[in-house]
Amino acid sequence: MEWETVIGLEIHAQLATRSKIFSGSATAYGAAPNTQANLVDLGYPGVLPVLNGEAVRMAIRFGLATGARIARRSVFARKNYFYPDLPKGYQISQYERPVVEDGSLEIVLEDGSRKTVGITRAHLEEDAGKSLHEDFHGLSGIDLNRAGTPLLEIVSEPDLRSAKEAVAYMKKIHTLVRYLGICDGNMQEGSFRCDANVSVRPHGQAEFGTRAEIKNLNSFRFVERAINYEVERQIDLIEGGGKVVQETRLYDPDRGETRSMRSKEEANDYRYFPDPDLLPLAIDDGQIEALRATLPELPDEKAARFVRDHGLSEYDAGVLTASREMADYYETVAARLGGHSKLAANWVMGELAGALNRENLDVAQSRVGAEALAGLLARIADDTISGKIAKEVFEAMWSEGRNADAIIAARGLEQITDTSAIEQAIDAVMAQNPQQLAEYRAGKDKLFGFFVGQVMKATQGKANPAQLNELLKRKLGG
Amino acid sequence: MPLHTLSVAELAAGLAARRFSSLELTLHFLGRIERLGPGLNAFVTVTADRALDDARRADERRAKGEAGPLTGVPIVHKDIFCTDGILTTCSSRMLSNFVAPYDATVVERWRAAGTVLLGKTNMDEFAMGSSNETSWFGPVKNPWDTARVPGGSSGGSAAAVAACLAPAASGTDTGGSIRQPAALTNLTGLKPTYGRVSRYGMIAFASSLDQAGMLARSAEDAALLLGAMAGFDPRDSTSLDAPVPDYVAELATPLDGLRVGVIREFFDQGLDPAVGRLVQAAIEALRANGATVREVSLPALPLSVPTYYVVAPAECSSNLSRFDGVRFGHRCDAPRDLLDLYRRSRGEGFGDEVKRRIMTGTYVLSAGYYDAYYLKAQKVRQLIAADFARAFGEVDVVVGPTSPTPAFGLGAKTSDPITMYLNDIYTIGANLAGLPAISVPCGFVQEGGRDLPVGLQLVGPHFSESRLLSVSHRYQQLTDWHRRVPPGYE
Repeated sequence: MEWETVIGLEIHAQLATRSKIFSGSATAYGAAPNTQANLVDLGYPGVLPVLNGEAVRMAIRFGLATGARIARRSVFARKNYFYPDLPKGYQISQYERPVVEDGSLEIVLEDGSRKTVGITRAHLEEDAGKSLHEDFHGLSGIDLNRAGTPLLEIVSEPDLRSAKEAVAYMKKIHTLVRYLGICDGNMQEGSFRCDANVSVRPHGQAEFGTRAEIKNLNSFRFVERAINYEVERQIDLIEGGGKVVQETRLYDPDRGETRSMRSKEEANDYRYFPDPDLLPLAIDDGQIEALRATLPELPDEKAARFVRDHGLSEYDAGVLTASREMADYYETVAARLGGHSKLAANWVMGELAGALNRENLDVAQSRVGAEALAGLLARIADDTISGKIAKEVFEAMWSEGRNADAIIAARGLEQITDTSAIEQAIDAVMAQNPQQLAEYRAGKDKLFGFFVGQVMKATQGKANPAQLNELLKRKLGG
Repeated sequence: MPLHTLSVAELAAGLAARRFSSLELTLHFLGRIERLGPGLNAFVTVTADRALDDARRADERRAKGEAGPLTGVPIVHKDIFCTDGILTTCSSRMLSNFVAPYDATVVERWRAAGTVLLGKTNMDEFAMGSSNETSWFGPVKNPWDTARVPGGSSGGSAAAVAACLAPAASGTDTGGSIRQPAALTNLTGLKPTYGRVSRYGMIAFASSLDQAGMLARSAEDAALLLGAMAGFDPRDSTSLDAPVPDYVAELATPLDGLRVGVIREFFDQGLDPAVGRLVQAAIEALRANGATVREVSLPALPLSVPTYYVVAPAECSSNLSRFDGVRFGHRCDAPRDLLDLYRRSRGEGFGDEVKRRIMTGTYVLSAGYYDAYYLKAQKVRQLIAADFARAFGEVDVVVGPTSPTPAFGLGAKTSDPITMYLNDIYTIGANLAGLPAISVPCGFVQEGGRDLPVGLQLVGPHFSESRLLSVSHRYQQLTDWHRRVPPGYE
C-alpha cells in the first residue's frame, strides 16, 4: 500500500523580551539556579500576574508577518496540573481565544515548487521551570529561572507531507522570528523547539490517521529523524495488523527512535478556564497599524527584491535571505561594489559561508567584515587580481585581519596586465618546451592548457587570465 | 468614654489634639487583647513589638507635623493579608509556618498612612466559611454571646472590633465575608466594588469575587479607612485605574431624593421574621428622612448561591494548587516520592471545608462537566449582574437584610454544609456582580436572654461607595445601634 504522511508542528518560540511574561524578573539564559525567579515566578501566596506588553507586541508582529488575523480580544486561561517545576500548579496560556489566528507561510520544496502551509494559531503562554534529576542523590532539584519566560506557541495546520517539508517549514518560521527580532532562535538553549504531530493514511483517504505527538524536538536534524522514524513505525505497525494509538512520544536522539511517554487515557485533564487574575487582552486597530509600520522587510520580500533588482537566481536569493544578518551582509557588499551582485552573492555564499561554517561562527562574528570583503571583490572586478588569487587573499584577510589591498601589495599579488610582460613569459615558455609546441601546432589542441599552466607558473599565477588566453592563442598559432 | 469604644474618627481627633499618644492608645489595646482576646480566639498572632514600634514612629511623625488622619490609629489585619516578616496563616495548617516575605498592598497602604498593627486575626480557613469554625486555630466566639459564632470568614476581625480589642480591622469579602460577620457583631462592614482595592498580597480564594474591605464602628470610620486603602495598583491587573474620591467629605450628602429599592427576593420565607421587622424599620427611617422607597425585583438573584458554589470552588481549586509542600507551607514528614509529598502535604495541610471546595471545583472544571457547570454558572452570573443593572436604572441603592438570621450557635450548622452556605444567600449577589455593598447595624433581636445584632445591607452600582457610605452615615446619625458595645466589653 502507498502511504501518505500527515504532519502538523507546534513550535515554541521563546520571545526575546527582557523580562518575563507576567513578572519583572530577567529572562537571560544561564544564570545560577533560582536567581531569576521572584515571588511571582515562585508562585507565592497572594502574588498576581501582570502581562508584559512587549510579549503581546511581539505576538502581534508575528501575526502580521504571517498574514494572520489579530484577535481584538483574546483570553488567558489556566492549564491546571501538578508538577514541581510548575510553581502555581497551573500554567497561564491562551486556550480558546488565542491572540493570532489563521496565518500562513510559503515554503520552497526540494523540487523548487512552492507550498503554502497554514498557521492555525499562535498564542502566548508562560514556560515552566526545570527539574534537575542529576546532581542530587535520589532527589530532584528545581530551577525556576525559566518559569514565566514568554513563549509564542505557533501551531500549524496538518499541511505538511514529509519530514523534509516539516523541516523546511520550521526553518522558515525560524528565519521569520529572527527577522522580526522576537526570538533569538537559539535551539541549544531551547529558545526554539517543537512538538510534531505525525500520522499516516493510505493515499487518497480523506480522513486523517491516528496521530502521535513527538515532544520537545530541539534541532532540525532531530525533527527530520524523529518524523522519519515515527512514520516508519506507524506504517510497520499498521501493515503488521496493529493500530496506532493516540499518545505522546519522546525522541531519543542517541538511539534514533521515538518511544511512548503517555497514552491519551493517561493524559491530564487540564481543567482549562479563563484566568480571573488577568483581564481579557484587548487590542485595537491603532495598536495593530502602529506595529505593522514597524515590520522589517520580510525574507520573502527581500528575496523577491534580490531577484528583481540584483538579478540573482531564486535559489541564491533564498539562501542569502535565510538569515537577516546574512542578507544584510550581502547587501552591504553589493552596495559597496556598486553592481557585480552575482560576484558578491557567490562570495558570500561560497568563501564567506565556508569560513564561517568551518569555525562555527555567526555572520556577525565574521573575521572579514562586509566592507572588507567588498574591498577584496573590487580588486577582482577591476582586474587587479584573479578570482583564484582572491581566495588566497581572503584566507590571509581571515587569519591576519588586514585589508585586501595591504595583503595584495605586501605579497605582490597584483595581476600582470602588461601585454609585453605576459608576451615575454609566453616566449620563454615556448622556448623551453619546443616539443610540446611542435605537437600543439601539429593539431594537439589539448596542450593549450599545458601552456596556460606553464605561463601561470612562471608568473606565480598573476597573469591576467583573459589576456593570457588571447596572447597565448595568437603566439602558439605562430 | 473609654478609649477603646471610640471610633477611628474620634481617636484621630484625640491624637491630633494630643489628648493621648499613639503609644498610650496602643498599650491600652494590647492590654485589652491580652485580657479579653483569648476568650474570643480572635487573633492568630498578636504583634505587640511591632505595634509598639509603629506607635512610637507614629508619635514621632506627629511631633514632626507629618501626621495624616490615621497616623497612630491601631488596626488589625485579617490573617489573609501578607505581612512582611510576620506569620500569615490564612488560618490553615497549610500556612501555619508561613512568614510572608512582603506586604500586601492593603497592608502597605494602611501602614503608609501611619496605622499601628496590633495583630493578625483569625478567620475561616482560606476564607471558606460563614461562621469562623473552619479555622485550624479553632472557632472565634461572638462577643455578644460567646456560645455563638461571629460569622465568617472575617470572624476574628469582627470579634476583635466588636469587643473593642481594636478600633478597626481589614477583612475580605468573597461571598459576604465582611458584611455577614459585621451584621452578626454590630459593626459597619464595607465590601467595595470589585477592583476598587488591590488584591495584591491578599491570599486568593476566588479571584473574580475576592475583594478587600474593612470592619469598623461607623460608616464615617469606613470612609476614612477606605480612602487609605483604595486605588489603582499596577501589581493587580484587575484593580481599576479610577480616581479615589474624598469619601469623608462626601459623607455629608443628604438623603433627600435618594431612591431606595427594596429587594423583594430578600424577604422570602428563609428570613427570620424578627430580622425582617428590624430591616423594614430601618428602611422606614430612610423614607422618613427624605428617601423614596419602592420595591424592586431581581429574579435571577435566588440562583446566586448555586452559582457561587460553582464559580468560587472552581477558582479555589486552581488557586490552592500552589500549596503543594514544595516551596513553602506545610510539608509532610519524610515523603516517599512526589505523589506522596503532594497527597500527604495537602491532605494534612487542608481542612475538610477547603477539601470539599477543591473537590467541587475540580469536578465542575473537568472535561465533560465544564459546560454544564462552570460555563452555565458564568451565564447565570451575567443574568444576576444584569438584574442589578436594571434595578439601578430605577433606584440609587437596593436594600435588604445582610443575613437571614442573627448569630447562630457554635456547631449548629457545621454538620450540614448546605445550611451553612444558605447564610450567604443575601450577600453573594453583590460579589457575583462585582458591586459595592455595606452592612450597617439596625437593631437587636433577643434570643436566649441575649441581645443579638442585626444588619441592614445596602448595595449600589459600581463605584458608588460614596453613596453607600453617606446613606449609612446619615442613618447612623439618626440611630445609635452602632454605638452599642457587647456587655462585658464596655
